[in-house]
Amino acid sequence: MAVAVEAGSPAPVVPTKAFVPDPYLDLDTYEADADLMTLSLGPQHPSTHGVFRVVLYLDGEIIVKAVPHCGYLHRGVEKLCEKLSYSNITPILDKNDYVAPMLNEQAANMAFEKLMGIEVPLRAKYLRTLLAELQRIASHLLWLGTFAMDLGGALGGGTSVFMYCFREREIILDLFEDLTGCRFHYNTHHVGGNRHDIPPGWPKLVNEALDTIESRLDAYLAMLEHPIFVDRTKGVGTIDAQLALELGLSGPLLRACGIDHDLRRDAPYHVYDLLDVQVAVDGGGDCLARYKVRLAEIRESIRLSRILVDNVPAGPLSATKPLNMVTQFKATTGQVYVGIESPRGELGTWLIAAKDKPTSPYRFKIRPPSLHAAAAVPYVFPGHTLSDAIAILGSLDPIMGEVDR
Amino acid sequence: MTTILGNPWLHGLVFGAVLVTVLMTLVAFITWFERKLAGRIQSRLGPTMVGPFGLLQPLADAVKAMQKEFIVPRNADRFLFWLAPPLTIAFALATAAVVPFSKDVLAANLDVGVLYALAFSGLLAFPTWVAGWASNNKYALLGGMRMVAQGISYEIPMVMAALVPVTLAGSLSMQGIVEYQEASGWIIATPVGAAACLLFLTTALAEGNRIPFDIPEAESELVAGPTTEYNAIGWSIFAASEYAHSVITAAIASALFLGGWDGWWNLPPLVWMVAKTGFVFLIITWVRWSLLRFRSDQLMALCWKYLVPGALLLVLIAGIQVSVRG
Repeated sequence: MAVAVEAGSPAPVVPTKAFVPDPYLDLDTYEADADLMTLSLGPQHPSTHGVFRVVLYLDGEIIVKAVPHCGYLHRGVEKLCEKLSYSNITPILDKNDYVAPMLNEQAANMAFEKLMGIEVPLRAKYLRTLLAELQRIASHLLWLGTFAMDLGGALGGGTSVFMYCFREREIILDLFEDLTGCRFHYNTHHVGGNRHDIPPGWPKLVNEALDTIESRLDAYLAMLEHPIFVDRTKGVGTIDAQLALELGLSGPLLRACGIDHDLRRDAPYHVYDLLDVQVAVDGGGDCLARYKVRLAEIRESIRLSRILVDNVPAGPLSATKPLNMVTQFKATTGQVYVGIESPRGELGTWLIAAKDKPTSPYRFKIRPPSLHAAAAVPYVFPGHTLSDAIAILGSLDPIMGEVDR
Repeated sequence: MTTILGNPWLHGLVFGAVLVTVLMTLVAFITWFERKLAGRIQSRLGPTMVGPFGLLQPLADAVKAMQKEFIVPRNADRFLFWLAPPLTIAFALATAAVVPFSKDVLAANLDVGVLYALAFSGLLAFPTWVAGWASNNKYALLGGMRMVAQGISYEIPMVMAALVPVTLAGSLSMQGIVEYQEASGWIIATPVGAAACLLFLTTALAEGNRIPFDIPEAESELVAGPTTEYNAIGWSIFAASEYAHSVITAAIASALFLGGWDGWWNLPPLVWMVAKTGFVFLIITWVRWSLLRFRSDQLMALCWKYLVPGALLLVLIAGIQVSVRG
């Protein structure tokens, strides 16, 4: 199977689909003699990727209506952030999108910097870009593994791919551990710059890791891409470009619907304006297209990381003094929104500062890409079988920590 | 064939007891083998901690399963819920009666051995359905429904694939088919035989609930299919019967297509039979840890659109071969 995606090509023709299922379908008006079965998929189901719950109305094995339920992982993060000082917020946000914590930290800290008018030094910008790209590889690898497991079962070929993906992801987490001391909840970004400088010999390790991942990627994709995989993903869970825009999908989901949109290129931040980001677009809109786009993004991130790691300039790592007081950062007025391209799409942070509360945000709001992905469920599930529903949910890749917050 | 003490009933009893004991032990260690192989495929080690090379892991698992409480859900049909595991293992092991281990060693030399084996193998869908129904769980019910649909569909190409060696050998007895292969070459060596062998193994995967056809049990969709509500020894029996069925199907495939106990270098026939069975099981396991799962409608399409017509064609060719041979 050819999976080459023409990176950076102009937007393909937008597919149109006549039938868009009605998520508000009144079951009483459905065929009167149909014997519908209500199936509560989740929150304790092996492949709902956490604690997502969908109530499915099944006619035989065909889904007639799907009602998603969120909130099983609600922790009140946004409210909590309004109580914490600017410097204390970062470690809380690591737990939001727990597959790509680096990006959560960056999104919030960029918003704080914009609010306070702090310019980040170039070295920190380079490092942040590099960390974002490495995290994107790790995140997409985890997605690939879990997607294969959704298709192939916990005791079969899917697990083999899952294991390989985790092996590769582990290499990247090791790199992060070398840099920050943590494998996952890094707390390495703070207002004005980065906390941990690049240790000696680290760039060499990064290059080696990228070589390893790139060489192994082809080997096990050969294992995944066989006719059964194509049968299970092609034409399954097609999202219309119009519907994708209305739902507010972003990132790989939007690009898989044929819409050429990537914040890294269209609204550059960090040092993305210095890089030539090749955006992968696929017009299919189905699970296979989402797979292709994410795979192309892994390769693109490897390419960008190689450029970045060899070009990190010397200089200060932070524009602000090392943290000595929690009240060090203050903002009394203003309102900002910062959106960055997380592996799942546009991760936005919107915050308001107020005079009576200068050390913490007055209002803190996160725009999680996964919430919009989960919102696609009632539109995409109907008409598919239960097996397809699992594949579609896997390809949408909602992270519940981010959906519920 | 000689019988113990000249009495077929006594022979069946003694041999059956020995066979079941050996098979269940074998099944336990087959799980160790599969886990080791899966570990190698996935670049990890598999069991290493219990005993040398983790060899005692199956024992530890069995002891753990027996110590656990067997919980029956409150709204389940208690009788059927209890009945399903023993039925599965009974049907799975019953097939072993006609597996020929050598010219003299076999539990029952039935004239209709092939028919008997296929019938019991087909019956396996029944206790799975019972389990799915009795659990009073929607996932289990869906799994049971899928199992029945799949079991009934795949029985047809499986029987037809087995008809090819039957036609060529002119015998429905396992012993007869192996003796035919001993005299005139293994059936897999002929083109039609090779195709039939491939078909048989494919359908055997479906009958035995193995990936890529493990639709009824689909962990990622149906949690654990018909066995969702089973735990402790009940679940272990299901797992054991699945393995027993796989091993016995591998044995039957080697008897039907790979010449059974026939071999070279004057090695004991039993060695050849076990080696061939192990080889077929290795292939089944390899496939399992490499492929993804079909969807149920794709599974049915594959069966009715390709396998059944293909099987019919193979039987036709085998028939023509036999009539030409005279």
